[in-house]
Amino acid sequence: MTEKNYIPGEHPDLPPPSNMIGPVAWIRDNLLSSPANIIMTILSVWFLYIVIPPTLNWFFLDAAFTGEDRNACRAVADGACWAFIGERFKLFTYGFYPEEHRWRVNLSFILLIVALIPVLFDKAPFRSLGLKFSIAFPFIAGWLLVGGLGLEPVPTSQFGGFMLTLVIGITGIAFSLPIGILLALGRQSNLPIIKVFCVSFIEFIRGVPLITLLFVASTMLSYFLPPGTNFDLLLRVLIMVVLFSSGYMAEVIRGGLQAIPKGQIEAADSMGLKYWQSMRLIVLPQALKISIPGIVNTFIGLYKDTTLVIIIGLLDPLGIGRASLSDTKWTGLSTEVYIFVAIFFFVSCFGMSRYSLYLENKLETGHKR
Amino acid sequence: MNEAIASQPQRNIVSRLWNDKETRSVIIQIIAFAAIFAFFFFMVRNAISNLESIGKDISLDFLSQPSSYDISQSLIEYSSRSTHFRAMIVGILNTLLVAVFGVILATLVGFLLGVLRLSKNWLTNKLAYVYIEYVRNVPVLLHILLLHGIIVHALPLPKNAINLGDTAFLTNRGFFIPSPSFEPLFWVVAGLFVAGIFFSIWFSRYAHKVQDATGRHYPVFWINLGAIIGIPVLAYFILGSPIIWEIPELKGFNYRGGMVVRPEFVALWIALSLYTAAFIGEIVRAGISAISWGQSEAAAALGLSRGRILNLVVIPQALRIIIPPLTSQYLNLTKNSSLAIAIGYMDIVATIGGVTLNQTGREMESMTIVLLLYLTFSLLISSFMNWYNKRIKLVER
Repeated sequence: MTEKNYIPGEHPDLPPPSNMIGPVAWIRDNLLSSPANIIMTILSVWFLYIVIPPTLNWFFLDAAFTGEDRNACRAVADGACWAFIGERFKLFTYGFYPEEHRWRVNLSFILLIVALIPVLFDKAPFRSLGLKFSIAFPFIAGWLLVGGLGLEPVPTSQFGGFMLTLVIGITGIAFSLPIGILLALGRQSNLPIIKVFCVSFIEFIRGVPLITLLFVASTMLSYFLPPGTNFDLLLRVLIMVVLFSSGYMAEVIRGGLQAIPKGQIEAADSMGLKYWQSMRLIVLPQALKISIPGIVNTFIGLYKDTTLVIIIGLLDPLGIGRASLSDTKWTGLSTEVYIFVAIFFFVSCFGMSRYSLYLENKLETGHKR
Repeated sequence: MNEAIASQPQRNIVSRLWNDKETRSVIIQIIAFAAIFAFFFFMVRNAISNLESIGKDISLDFLSQPSSYDISQSLIEYSSRSTHFRAMIVGILNTLLVAVFGVILATLVGFLLGVLRLSKNWLTNKLAYVYIEYVRNVPVLLHILLLHGIIVHALPLPKNAINLGDTAFLTNRGFFIPSPSFEPLFWVVAGLFVAGIFFSIWFSRYAHKVQDATGRHYPVFWINLGAIIGIPVLAYFILGSPIIWEIPELKGFNYRGGMVVRPEFVALWIALSLYTAAFIGEIVRAGISAISWGQSEAAAALGLSRGRILNLVVIPQALRIIIPPLTSQYLNLTKNSSLAIAIGYMDIVATIGGVTLNQTGREMESMTIVLLLYLTFSLLISSFMNWYNKRIKLVER
């Protein structure tokens, strides 16, 4: 008798049946659980089969990575011609920023990373000092890039490429948040004139497309300035972008403010806190925490909207790409240019949205069930 | 000591006023009003003096002058001899056209994506996820340009057009499709269709009332389908197909006859719809997954079938969550249609804010008109959606 005898109740657990664990069970549960599910799986696999091989071929296998011009590319392979991007890479990065001053762009970029660390990670060393630097960063970078005060000035018309995207995006992000907070508070205010002004500003901004505001900046704004003032085009665009995104930011933050129970403000009042104190210490920390997903979404929207500046003639990566396409050496490669720029935007925006998820989880203070 | 107290009010009259809540709010508002007024006064005065110094005035006379530019796609009759005003109307109609078609397609694709994202099938779910993340994280302008580039470069010239059953032809100059011309009898069919819609609205209410009162249940869906689609289709064939289709033909270098859908319109429409659809997909997914399982389980415990659980319990509740963000997506689509100018589709911005502005040099007037038009659209859409939202809102005790 080979079978072992156990005392009743002491029999060790048997392993689950082999078709209930491991990849087989996973496939059965997730891909083949019902007839409808099987059809979906077949359709999806068919879709992947249609899409993936040609895409891979075009991107890598049939692509030409080196070459003098378009014909050289086509002679080697039928797919993408990445040689074009390679040749224009510096243009895509710096625009027409003078060659001998590009260290200033690089330095600003390094400082940007330094400034971002204390903002993004609250366990970063020397955080309070770092945050002060982060606040000062837009001004330092502005000085580095534009020049003046000892540095040789570079006209903003020579800004371009990814650098221009970052300049517009980061200026917009840095200034629209505080202005948005003020507008949101103004909209909640019980002073009627302030409230009416904030509401009409926000509704106006949200009712018109950014492109019309940029047109206003490029065609009409100079009429409203004292005669003889010559306003830099990039500066006008920056002002419009900041105003535009602060309107959206204000609505996001208003959502957060409305979610704060009235008792919080009344408690702050009864503690003898003044308006700004109660806002700064009690209401805003809670309201901003709730609105983080919306704030980051607004940032992403703003960052994507920076591409619109090509319509009024600024040369962001898309603008550089379109301008390069008119070069007869490289004509007809629009797909490569657009996909290259799309990858850049995808990486930055996807990164931002992942970070917002991480932040949401971190700030979740135990109301999870 | 007494003197010190007595002299305090005079010394601190400013701080006393400031510390009084009512007075302070009045002071702040007066200052704010003065600042805003001064700012606008400054701007307007600058504008007046600037306009004077270059000898321009503000008038809308330019709207009645001939526009002398062509518009490739127009819903109404338009030629380069028409006025700037007519060009503006063409622009408005083109914007509305792409917005309406875009909203319809975006809603369909968006709901499909939302459902796919909720699918239990891992592969389908992840495919929808990848699509949504790719589309949402790339600027819409890039999508429009990419699609336009593909249509213009990848589609053949008219003489090698892609032929869809000898009726429609895809070329890089546009999609040539048959155009209908309606005979008088067709309006009978159209009338039946409209009548069918009214009938079905009335019938749904009537069936609801009967069910509430007696518990009797009519097959509302099938009867309404018959009234809206069935009877008009039947009438169409009985009356001898009163629509004549004009099929495009290749003449010389291009197709003649039929209707042409410009590549600009197709690129803008598809790109805007697919972009907005990704956002709508996420909204739908969030809305449906916000309805707690208890609701479906309770409905199942009452003996409702799967389809009725969705129709009567889950979807009505999910719609309440979905509608407000959906509105802002529709608004975004309408506003994003202004990117048409990048590929040369003649919408509001490209006509009155683009060519007209450049030809007449009337920046102030043109841009003001454009801004006001968009504001009107936004207010109309959002007030309609607010009305709808109020209608389906949960009525609490």
